[in-house]
Amino acid sequence: MTKKFGIEDLTRILREGAGGELEGDFQDASFEDLGYDSLALLETGSRIGREYGLEFEDTAFVDVETPRDLVEVVNAHLLSHAARG
Amino acid sequence: MTAVAVTGIGAIAPNGKGTDAYWKSTVEGLSGIVPVSRFDASGYPAKLAGEVPFDAAAHLPSRLIPATDHMTRLSLAAAEWALQDAGVDPAELPDFGAGVITASSAGGFEFGQRELENLWNKGPKYVSAYQSYAWFYAVNSGQISIRHGMRGPSGVVVSDQAGGLDAIAQTRRQIRKGTQLIISGGVDGSLCPWGWVAQMTDTRMSTSDDPERAYLPFDPAAGGHVAGEGGALLVMEELEAARRRGARIYGEVAGYGATMDPRPGSSREPGLRRAIVTALDDAGVNPDEVDVVFADAAAVPELDRIEADAIDAVFGPGKVAVTAPKTMTGRLAAGAASLDVAAALLAIRDGVIPPTVHVSRAPEYSIDLVTGAAREAQVRTALVLARGHGGFNSAVVVRAAR
Repeated sequence: MTKKFGIEDLTRILREGAGGELEGDFQDASFEDLGYDSLALLETGSRIGREYGLEFEDTAFVDVETPRDLVEVVNAHLLSHAARG
Repeated sequence: MTAVAVTGIGAIAPNGKGTDAYWKSTVEGLSGIVPVSRFDASGYPAKLAGEVPFDAAAHLPSRLIPATDHMTRLSLAAAEWALQDAGVDPAELPDFGAGVITASSAGGFEFGQRELENLWNKGPKYVSAYQSYAWFYAVNSGQISIRHGMRGPSGVVVSDQAGGLDAIAQTRRQIRKGTQLIISGGVDGSLCPWGWVAQMTDTRMSTSDDPERAYLPFDPAAGGHVAGEGGALLVMEELEAARRRGARIYGEVAGYGATMDPRPGSSREPGLRRAIVTALDDAGVNPDEVDVVFADAAAVPELDRIEADAIDAVFGPGKVAVTAPKTMTGRLAAGAASLDVAAALLAIRDGVIPPTVHVSRAPEYSIDLVTGAAREAQVRTALVLARGHGGFNSAVVVRAAR
């Protein structure tokens, strides 16, 4: 069974790593509008990687604009990580 | 030359957070020097500090907290207070019409030490992404600029303790070139083992564990200084423009001089006297017009002697009041001199010279050192002196706006 990464996990890790209060439906808002810059995403990616045992290539988040995008990228990595065993 | 005024003050110091609290303590002679509590200093020769405890979550947006060192948080608070004090909403300033010029000595050392510990103990994945700038000595200017959208001429000056004055001088230059408003000065500090060891290398830190006997400039027992954190940020703008918008004017930054000392062992005169003369000339002020000197007050006997000699040479022995309120805060690195400028402007406002605490002037000095309690006096013109390790000497003249 592959561990799933959900929006609530992202919310918690964003708060821990980059601060901010996330409320309401923000899944499709851009990180820029939510007040998170590229460094905040780098820190968040680093924390997700540590917690879930993932390695993200440098370009993994290049096309990530919204929390929903980020959750999808993380889940794709979790799946391929599980497939590799 | 265009006159440049100070219209806002944000002070944050070991003896008071906020300009009113700092000034009240300073006039009353209340010290903020305490045993170091921010880290275990029991194994170090220097055991006291001027600390600024600060509840960052109560003052700053939560997004800024993971990204900032303690001294950056203090500077963000001071900048916000200075803007409020000046009655300025930066959002209403033209996009590139306002800037930030601060002084720094080291950067966010406490943050940097923690992340280096993470690197060594846990590995590179555990180093915060914010380490990329949180340690950086220009970070306070950057964070203030980003927070308030102040994208005009900005920068950072690094000349140890003299930096607080050098930043103010650089600000005056930029305003004379047409920038509308600049946040200037310094808020600094690195009260962590890494910062402590770095500062100890200059052998000028007091090893006393008695807060009332540890930092005694011009005293027979002078034996080095106590380090501290904090400082002041000032809102500066063109005097006439400030008047047009109805701003309260604390005073004018009227003169500046800076010199370098000759190489160690040289028989040439130290640079401080020339810095004073240059600043007075720049201000068009005669020595007898100066009402008070805020001394650098190294509390290292050779350096105190150089400073007392320079003051005597320019003003005549005992002819001008001299004070060192930094005896209540410790030396705040790049934050010290702008805090002294703030104190000088408040002395002008209130007609009172704050005291040099815990000090009994050594008989070998003939300066008129204000000790014991504050002294009431009409203050129209004040001279602030600051020296930085490595030979930096700076002097600023502030005066009541005419």
